[in-house]
Amino acid sequence: MTDRAGWLRRLWSLPTGRFGLVVVAVIGVLAAVSLVWTPFDPQRVDIPARWAPPGWPHILGTDASGRDILSLLLAGARTTVLVAAGAGAVATLLGLALACLGALTGRWLREVVAVLVDILIAFPVLLIAMMISAVWGGSLWVVVISVGIGFGVNIARVTRPELRRTLHSDFVLAARASGLTPVQIATRHLLPNVAPVFIVQLSWGMAVAVLAEAGLSYLGFGAPPTQPSWGLLLSELQNYLTAYPLSVVWPGLAITITVLGLNMLGDGLREATDPTLARRRSAASTHTPAVVA
Amino acid sequence: MTRYALTRLGLLLLGLVVASVLIFLTLRVLPGDVAQQIAGTNSTPEQVAAIRERLGLNVPLPVQYAEWVGGLLTGDLGASLVTGTPVVAELAAKAQVTIPLGLMSMAVALLIALPFGILAALRRGRADGTFLSFGAQTLAAVPVVWAGMMLVVVFAVWLGWLPAQGFPRDGWREPGRAFASLVLPAVTIGVVEGAMLMRFVRSATLAAMGQDFVRTAAAKGLTRRAALLRHGLPTVGLSIISVLGLQVAGIVVGAVVIEQLFTLPGIGRMLVADVGLRDLPKVQGELLALTAVVLVVGFIVDLVHRGLDPRQREVS
Repeated sequence: MTDRAGWLRRLWSLPTGRFGLVVVAVIGVLAAVSLVWTPFDPQRVDIPARWAPPGWPHILGTDASGRDILSLLLAGARTTVLVAAGAGAVATLLGLALACLGALTGRWLREVVAVLVDILIAFPVLLIAMMISAVWGGSLWVVVISVGIGFGVNIARVTRPELRRTLHSDFVLAARASGLTPVQIATRHLLPNVAPVFIVQLSWGMAVAVLAEAGLSYLGFGAPPTQPSWGLLLSELQNYLTAYPLSVVWPGLAITITVLGLNMLGDGLREATDPTLARRRSAASTHTPAVVA
Repeated sequence: MTRYALTRLGLLLLGLVVASVLIFLTLRVLPGDVAQQIAGTNSTPEQVAAIRERLGLNVPLPVQYAEWVGGLLTGDLGASLVTGTPVVAELAAKAQVTIPLGLMSMAVALLIALPFGILAALRRGRADGTFLSFGAQTLAAVPVVWAGMMLVVVFAVWLGWLPAQGFPRDGWREPGRAFASLVLPAVTIGVVEGAMLMRFVRSATLAAMGQDFVRTAAAKGLTRRAALLRHGLPTVGLSIISVLGLQVAGIVVGAVVIEQLFTLPGIGRMLVADVGLRDLPKVQGELLALTAVVLVVGFIVDLVHRGLDPRQREVS
């Protein structure tokens, strides 16, 4: 059915896919490295060294309290990776659950779920996050849960028709007739067929998570002040925007490159996993713009 | 068409009901004792009881919801816990900033997306077309708050053309200054949203170029470009209308962040402040107002799209 090595190779052969893979891998590695090593302690205050320009030993310079910006960015990558992975996990669980409810159950429940998904999809992620923050106060959990809900609904909407189509296909009918159990059918036929659509959405959803974390941390509803985060760094450096504009460039670049990487990975995955798309590349790249900060 | 409009209206009403129930339940039920949360940990039981009374938390939930929705229908969203002013009055005052900001952002987004999107499609496969596409892809990945900061550095700090922050105290009674203070915020939201929209314009244009009637027109002697502009653009316009609803959602969200960056006294900044203060009746009203804008615009966009597209009319 699925030729796993084949689509990975196709992904790597696409400029978008290769760029996306490299960026995501680099961010992941940097986040992991920051667990054991950063050039400086990211939270170390060093007043004499405040506002050092980019150079040696502070490659990207320092902030108002002399903290090393490169070290803050490396440690902030951890937060980004955690939030993206967490939001991805919540979106996967919710999205697949809703998709299954909307595809496998009786007609009445199916319709209700479909209408509910259509309604929920209109809710901007940031507003969901503000709603949760008003009750529990801000935290990274709020980001994970709100993006998870927002993108879970998206995944459900895109995955459900795919799931239904596969379910009513001849090969599933044949599998059923030949006596495969529902679990066998699910793992052998349904999952491999739904996975491509789903993994593309997941990649775009993680890009949204990165933007949402930055936006919410900037507004003060995301990462707590003690946790290194790119969005938090943006809001701290904003106060010195007039005097030290260069320092603000770095966290913004980090966010942009990461989001660009995830978006391109999604685009690449879509092209690599969809055999019909390769032939009609003219209609390329129209994914739903995500509604975030 | 009438049948479709009625069905779509039903979906809109259902959406508003679901939204109001979700907002109501999240803010009232989930946290346990709302009054305790508002009063804080150092409060006396009497203070908590007074807040319970003031919020009307002593009556059953369905009654509370009915009262809220009942007030909603008569234009009463309750009053702020902090200042005591009616929520509707506050929303109306702040809308004078947020609505012009939203409209200006939309204008900027369209001014960027339409010409560059069409150009990117026409120049596909060439260096400039690829550059435009990649530029849109990159801009769409930029966090809107950072885009705002960079624009402030260039246009407010270095060039000194536009104010970096704030809104005139007298509001629109000083139209020139009020407008000037919304230009950078609107450009910020418009550029990022426009970049996303541009990708849609590009693929819609590419799709139109492949249409039979455009190819026929080209075969009859029009240049490819003239055929596209004369016969293909209406279909491009239609697909743009269908994504405008999403754009409005993006602009609403952008406004929340950007009003904070530019310290504009709009609904978004008020929402951020009220969430921080846990002014729950206000947050409830603000969230519903913003969600309603997104849902109602989505409804209008769908109706307009349906009404304008002859292909869809034949189907129904």
